Amino acid sequence: MAKTGFDIRKITGNRLFMPLVCLAAVLIVGGIFVPDFFAVSINNNVLYGYPVDIVNRASEVVILAIGMTLVTAASGGQDISVGAVMAVAAAVCCQILSGGETSVNEFANPLALAIIAALIAATLCGAFNGFLVAKLNIQPMVATLILFTAGRGIAQLVTKGQITYIRVESYKVMGGFIGKCPVPTPVFFAIAAVALAFLVLKKTALGLYIESVGINGAASRLIGLNSTMIKFLTYVICGLLAGVAGIVASSRIYSADANNIGLNLEMDAILAVALGGNALGGGKFSLMGSVIGAYTIQALTTTLYAFRVSSDRLPVYKAIVVIVIVIIQSPAFHRFMAEQKAKRAAKNQVAEGGN
Amino acid sequence: MKKKVLAAFMVACMSLGMMACGGSGDTTADAPAADAGTADAGAAGTESAPAADAGAEDSAAGGTITIGFSQVGAESDWRTANSESMKSTFSKENGYELIFDDAQQKQENQIAAIRNFIQQEVDYIVLAPVTETGWDAVLQEAKDAGIPVIIVDRMVEVSDDSLFTAWVGSNFQLEGEKAAAWLDAYLTAAGRGEEEINIVDIQGTIGASAQIGRTNGLQAAVDAHDNWTLLAAETGEFTQAKGQEVMESLLKQYGDQIDVVYCENDNEAFGAIDAIEQAGYTVGLDGDMIVMSFDSTNAGLTDVLNTKISCNTECNPLHGPRVADIIQKLEAGGEVEKEQYVDEEIFAVDGTVATVNVDGVDYEVTVVTQDVIDARAY
Repeated sequence: MAKTGFDIRKITGNRLFMPLVCLAAVLIVGGIFVPDFFAVSINNNVLYGYPVDIVNRASEVVILAIGMTLVTAASGGQDISVGAVMAVAAAVCCQILSGGETSVNEFANPLALAIIAALIAATLCGAFNGFLVAKLNIQPMVATLILFTAGRGIAQLVTKGQITYIRVESYKVMGGFIGKCPVPTPVFFAIAAVALAFLVLKKTALGLYIESVGINGAASRLIGLNSTMIKFLTYVICGLLAGVAGIVASSRIYSADANNIGLNLEMDAILAVALGGNALGGGKFSLMGSVIGAYTIQALTTTLYAFRVSSDRLPVYKAIVVIVIVIIQSPAFHRFMAEQKAKRAAKNQVAEGGN
Repeated sequence: MKKKVLAAFMVACMSLGMMACGGSGDTTADAPAADAGTADAGAAGTESAPAADAGAEDSAAGGTITIGFSQVGAESDWRTANSESMKSTFSKENGYELIFDDAQQKQENQIAAIRNFIQQEVDYIVLAPVTETGWDAVLQEAKDAGIPVIIVDRMVEVSDDSLFTAWVGSNFQLEGEKAAAWLDAYLTAAGRGEEEINIVDIQGTIGASAQIGRTNGLQAAVDAHDNWTLLAAETGEFTQAKGQEVMESLLKQYGDQIDVVYCENDNEAFGAIDAIEQAGYTVGLDGDMIVMSFDSTNAGLTDVLNTKISCNTECNPLHGPRVADIIQKLEAGGEVEKEQYVDEEIFAVDGTVATVNVDGVDYEVTVVTQDVIDARAY
């Protein structure tokens, strides 16, 4: 008896426990109320079903959430420009591919060149944010507000205010399917990004450095860590990942829609970090928590779609669920529950004593 | 000593606070100043009114008419075509001088542009508003200055109707009705007139006038047909990405049942078609689902040519000639109708339906060919 109790505590004590419970709760609600929610079939040679939609559509947020987690951990603030940076990357990529036309049926320039240029543009955006935050010590929210507002303008400038269409099958691959592979390509992008980030953080000391800079930048500097450089680096990584997400999002619709690509995704990414049980004030972080958070958000969106909640009312329901999830995860709520438990235990003891 | 320092500090704080208050006082004082400014502008306006009249006389005598046009931005092909229409209509050769201002989707830019036009004493102001509300003050200024304002595309909500002279735009309700009439005529011609028809509506951004009109047009037709069912109406926010996501979800709920997908603009249709084809269904008159769309952009009509979209109802951006018409009437001292609609066509993939009838008026259906697409201005 005592042994199992110990085990449960070990499981519930894990920092990934709450995020996983939340994800499971959303999925269970979907499973109960939506017929065939978990059914996955092969239609038209590709995987088909709600779970596939969730995993597929969450890809961009997962990729963004990785960068957002690192930025949050190192600087104790968020990069709110990622959505706009996505638009910039998409605009650069499509504009190079189209060679200045609004709609093309074949590449004007090599795909590799366009992707590299788009990633460089996104990385430069990240570097700009990093410079403002790490070097000039501007508050992250304020520093990234600049690109948040200007980013879409830059993207508009690049595309000359038009939606640039790239109607080439090989461009649709990144947001669609590779050859006869039944799994949507964005899923691979997300897995690759997570795996790469995980390896780098675990195999090098970078993860530890980021945490220590986030917990106490001054102390980290005193023990010989270049906190400025580490903070800067997290923003550069965040920008680069936003670029990847931007290219995936653009490939899905084979166009660069500067007004809409990545719109409000920065909020989803921040939410993913929060849902993952990470402190938004920086310090220790859990990459896997954020990834689970990202999937939770998409699971919620897809479930609400399945409930036929119209997409303009979606944010309201999302907000309600998010409030509940965040409250459940908050330390204050945990303390409250612990107190209640202690009280009950005490009562029981008294009752037993009375007997 | 410490106390003295503290006192000095407090005094400094208080005086700073007072200065701050003074500062804010200044800004509040600015507001009446601004009002005074508008009053000035009003006064200047009354002064310039005769000048404008003089200008009108000039133009009547063969001089140029100056027009200030505040455009929303250049967010789509449609918008670009709209701007081009204005620019080509109000050219120097036609006896106009056009001052074009791109507001980049910001109302404050548009308000600033209108104030500039008033100062430049233009003869007419043409406004393509980014939003419906918030125009009272600046339009009042224009009215005080005696400059007629013509609204194009979206409507403005103002407390006083006399603040603008005329409105030119699309009849979205009629667009929806025409599309529904085409569907009815086509189904009857194809021998499916009595069949159960299930429709899904991928709506535009909720609240946009295009969404309201087009949804209502469809809804009225669904109510009028016992065998038509509207399975679902969800918004795709006029974007391709949302259209695709919503369609994916609808396919999972209804799949085979869906006969008609009614998309409220071309971008949504592109996304919906991608989702339908990815799920293994076919689109088109002979396919599993008939896709209908609006706007008739170049890309949209190309999809009609490729038989993916079956019916595409135009949303005509060529407002220039109609606005010029109004201005010429005003120049001649005539009266103009307050609300004027531009003529809009309806395009289809084949000639099964030659004309559609809405409220007793026949509208010709154009069959899309490469020549039709090439001949279009946008």
